[in-house]
Amino acid sequence: MIFGADVASMLLGGVAAGMVLFIVSVGLSVTMGLMGFVNLAHGGFAMLGGYAIAQAMKLWGVGFVPALVFGFVITALASAVLERLLYARLYRASELDQVLFTIGLVFMMIASVTLLVGPENQPLRLPALLQGQVNLGFTHYRTYSVVLIVVGIVIVSGLWLVFERTRIGAQIRAAVDNRRMAESLGINIGRLFTLTFAFGSGMAALGGGLGAEFLGLDPQYALKYLVYFLIVVAVGGLGRVTGVFYAALLIGVLDFTLKKYVPQGGTAFIYALTILLLLWRPQGLFGTKTT
Amino acid sequence: MTPAPVDWSEHPAAAAMARRHRLRAWEPIPWVAALAFYFLFPKYLGFGTELLITVLFAISLDLVLGYAGIVTLGQAAFFGAGAYTVGMLAKRGIWNEPITGLILAALVAAAVGLGSGLVLLRTQGLTLLMLTLCTMALLEEAANLAHDYTGGFDGLDSLPIAPLLGRFEFNPLYPTTQYLYVLAVLFVCFVFVRTLIYSPFGQSLTGIRENTLRMHAVGAPVRRRLVLCYALSAAIAGVAGGVWAQANAYVNLGTLGLDRAATVLIILVLGGYGRLYGAFVGAVAYMALSHFLSKIYPTAWQLGLGLLLVVIALFARNGILGIAEAAAHRLRTRATP
Repeated sequence: MIFGADVASMLLGGVAAGMVLFIVSVGLSVTMGLMGFVNLAHGGFAMLGGYAIAQAMKLWGVGFVPALVFGFVITALASAVLERLLYARLYRASELDQVLFTIGLVFMMIASVTLLVGPENQPLRLPALLQGQVNLGFTHYRTYSVVLIVVGIVIVSGLWLVFERTRIGAQIRAAVDNRRMAESLGINIGRLFTLTFAFGSGMAALGGGLGAEFLGLDPQYALKYLVYFLIVVAVGGLGRVTGVFYAALLIGVLDFTLKKYVPQGGTAFIYALTILLLLWRPQGLFGTKTT
Repeated sequence: MTPAPVDWSEHPAAAAMARRHRLRAWEPIPWVAALAFYFLFPKYLGFGTELLITVLFAISLDLVLGYAGIVTLGQAAFFGAGAYTVGMLAKRGIWNEPITGLILAALVAAAVGLGSGLVLLRTQGLTLLMLTLCTMALLEEAANLAHDYTGGFDGLDSLPIAPLLGRFEFNPLYPTTQYLYVLAVLFVCFVFVRTLIYSPFGQSLTGIRENTLRMHAVGAPVRRRLVLCYALSAAIAGVAGGVWAQANAYVNLGTLGLDRAATVLIILVLGGYGRLYGAFVGAVAYMALSHFLSKIYPTAWQLGLGLLLVVIALFARNGILGIAEAAAHRLRTRATP
């Protein structure tokens, strides 16, 4: 019985972490799938969003939920401006130029946040309602993790509906599968991309705020977790919402479990697993081969 | 009627092909400057040694990125492999002779490059980028875990490196031996890379970079060439790492980190990749700037560096040398209308 509770709590913790990973990475997967753009600045948007949320709570005293909305909106707007002004110039550029450009952007984000707010970790205080434990019937668990799981499920269901059941979702799927063909059919790829890019960055901001409680929030966040976001995207397959979701849950649970039982070698195991997996299926676990 | 045989050797294109590997008048300048630095700035030899090692490391990246066109974020994996080879052998008292130590470092790094290249280079694009990153992260984790051998997070310090040629001591306070030794190593490696890129093998690498499909079509063994190039570049990066460990008499996890890999990429791109001398120009520009600015205003330095990268990616894709070439070309066309 003790063992069962242990497994349950581990799964819950891992799934909660996986939800945050999913919320941050889903935008990256869709933008990479759409434009083939190697956006290493995605973690930077998550970091900026987290800071916007933390600052809004600290300076203006707004609640956690309004602050999350504020962070989403402000990051989405900022990224839309960046996309129109700068990213759009590099769609046809080489991978190397895209890598350099986005690394430069991350450096600038880290430095500006350090200059404006400071290099220290930003504490994000949760409302009293989300603290403490909740009785789930079979075990007691941290309320916040349970809330994260519920929020994650709501978001993935919403995104799935948008992707599979709306016109814009169909356009995105078409463009991911075959950009040229979609363009020939009269789909405005540029506008579609600006929209998804802004939305994806907003989601990253949301993830930055929601995950700050256990991932922390400091300027180095942008680079520290970048490898994790990239692994989730690469394992899940490009441009696939459900793929990213399963990959995020897989990585989240694995990471959580390994950190608990093998605190030393856990990360190495995840890297090794990713390498093997990508060799077996370069398009990711849930991706389809694109032409 | 058979047409008269054409003497292709007189053709301008053939002449240009035959001329391109010849030594140009300005090519000795970096070496003269490096020797002059030794006599002019004896107080800055530590900085100079670091600079020369950075140039060597950037050249190794240029071979794989600039010539073969493989975008990698994990070049520091080989730097670290070389550094740890020298470090672990010296610390355990197995082997501490510098020159043969470097050869061992090159062999180990080349083996890592060959092994990882054989599997990684099946993929391309984002997957390849991810895999290079993961390989490096995996090595870093392994070095962190194998605490008994690598010293873990603290690394290995005060490595007992034997005197060079049994005579010249490595003195960490007055790095005169280190400077000349590193300069010699750099020269040997540079001559090797320069010969390599103008050889048919090097030309085929450029062909693969420019048009992989066509190289497949003409029957070039594309993957084998890429893997070989990757392993050679790894060997040179391993030499850079090994010589770094010898000159500083320590190794730490920083030799394997993303920081080092990103920095060398920035240096190469700043100078201009695929140009052989871009590594020199970029390393001098970057190291001089960072030496004076990063200590005074570390955050502003990072901001400026980020801005510089964005500007390079958007407007100056060929780096400083590219700008200089464009300016020289404009001058020449204006002079001869």
